[in-house]
Amino acid sequence: MLDAANPIPMMTINGCIIVAIRDDLDDQEIVSLQDRLVEEVAKRNAHGVVIDISSLEIVDTFAGRMLAAMAQMARVMNARTIVVGMRPAVAMTLVELGMTLDGVETALNADRAINAIVSDRSNKL
Amino acid sequence: MTDEAARVTLKTSGDVAFARQAAAKAMAAIGASTIKSTKFVTAVSEIARNAVIYGRGGVISFSEAGAAGQKRVVAVCTDRGPGIDDIDRAVSDGFSTGKSLGLGLGGAKRLVDRFEITSSSKQGTKVTLECGPR
Amino acid sequence: MPNETTVASIIINDYDRVLAEWLKVQTAEGVKRTDLVSGKESEQQSRELLSAMAKAMPKEATDDDLDLAEAGWEPVRDALEDIAENRTQRGVSTTEMGWFIGALKQPLFKMLQSELGEKPRVLMREIWNATRLIDQISLHAIETLVSKREAIIERQRAEMTEVAAPVVKIWDSIVTVPLIGTLDSFRAQTVMENLLDAIVQWEAEVAIIDITGVSTVDTMVAQHLLKTASAVRLMGAECVICGISPKIAQTVVNLGVELPNIVTRVDLESGLAYAFDRLGVQVGRGSAGA
Repeated sequence: MLDAANPIPMMTINGCIIVAIRDDLDDQEIVSLQDRLVEEVAKRNAHGVVIDISSLEIVDTFAGRMLAAMAQMARVMNARTIVVGMRPAVAMTLVELGMTLDGVETALNADRAINAIVSDRSNKL
Repeated sequence: MTDEAARVTLKTSGDVAFARQAAAKAMAAIGASTIKSTKFVTAVSEIARNAVIYGRGGVISFSEAGAAGQKRVVAVCTDRGPGIDDIDRAVSDGFSTGKSLGLGLGGAKRLVDRFEITSSSKQGTKVTLECGPR
Repeated sequence: MPNETTVASIIINDYDRVLAEWLKVQTAEGVKRTDLVSGKESEQQSRELLSAMAKAMPKEATDDDLDLAEAGWEPVRDALEDIAENRTQRGVSTTEMGWFIGALKQPLFKMLQSELGEKPRVLMREIWNATRLIDQISLHAIETLVSKREAIIERQRAEMTEVAAPVVKIWDSIVTVPLIGTLDSFRAQTVMENLLDAIVQWEAEVAIIDITGVSTVDTMVAQHLLKTASAVRLMGAECVICGISPKIAQTVVNLGVELPNIVTRVDLESGLAYAFDRLGVQVGRGSAGA
């Protein structure tokens, strides 16, 4: 199912990688997304990652685990990672599943996440 | 009162995505709320993935049950796997034979209105999920 | 021709035989939903409807002038009302309701045939009368069933709005929901849905849940609050629970209920102060008259 010709777009703005996950990815596609993301973080020497999941209608335990793993990997590469745009029904389902993604930072939308990352960065510099 | 609406053969992780699509379509057909539909489709995803990974593949079928006005969706997933030895343990949180967190079966159970599982080493595992619209 | 056989005369004079045959057809056609309506109830309902028909028929026309809305048909309408009420509660479908009454045709046609077999013209007429009569009763029954069902839906909708907790935006990026009474699983679910939708709608960063009006906080309620707080966090907002009265604080600790990782405050005022602090909002008294 992997569509190599049409991968999920990632863009880097001001050292911050933004990736909007498309709905209904299969497990294989999520795994390859993870590979690409960590490579991108290294290549761009990014200090922030924003993962937008607002088009995801379903996040099951596999996708949830992969999200948590991506956030953790980016963090150990010194990039602050924020997951944004989770839908209410998805949040309620994850809580019911017992997947509260405690180690993952969240924000309401990409705008807020980027602001947080940028102001965090300028405070440090 | 039961007509089979869809059937998905489960062999690869791509088939799990097809099962999710079929589940979402079945829930839309009974006019389910977003939250109910999301929960049911997530549960189907967990069960279908289990069948692919641990059950050596299988089949999941969707049908409608109940009288008009209070229809429910029933999903039946059967696999060809080795079966589950201790079902009570398998549906409890934190149990996993693989590398996962073990929230799959127990989590799926909490997401639907009715959950049934039978398993034997000869016939594999059969999971039934049922969910209403509200 | 005062003694000629008609649908009416058969139902009035041969009541017992018609009833017995009707019940038989119901079973044969599989319209007896023994899982929803017991055999006894079905028989009782059939008997009531048939005797109501027998009562109405001498008074009202059963031929071309048939009109179920006439006063004489009132017993039939009442009987249908009772049957529909009973069957709505059991979840009987409109199709099943239609078949239940439609099954009366077969015994009536059979008896008309045996009585009037030698008078094909009269037989045709009576079969037509019987068909129209039963179809009308059947349609009326289905209509009653549907309107009963709609009434139930309407009542449930009213109840829902009554118990629903209103989420209000009290400041830019701050929403709050006051909880009153008992918090069972269903209400907790509704509150959570409303709150999460409000967070999206108003792009809220802080959600304040005021539990001042909650009668008891036991392990179950704490579970619901925890789940709500987790879901709020997943959405990218923060949850503050306020209204922890001294009494609630005592029960919470005595019951060993834990609320880990949740910001809790005594009242709405301090909850709001916390939210202002989080968002960097400064509130001060303006100089009067300036």
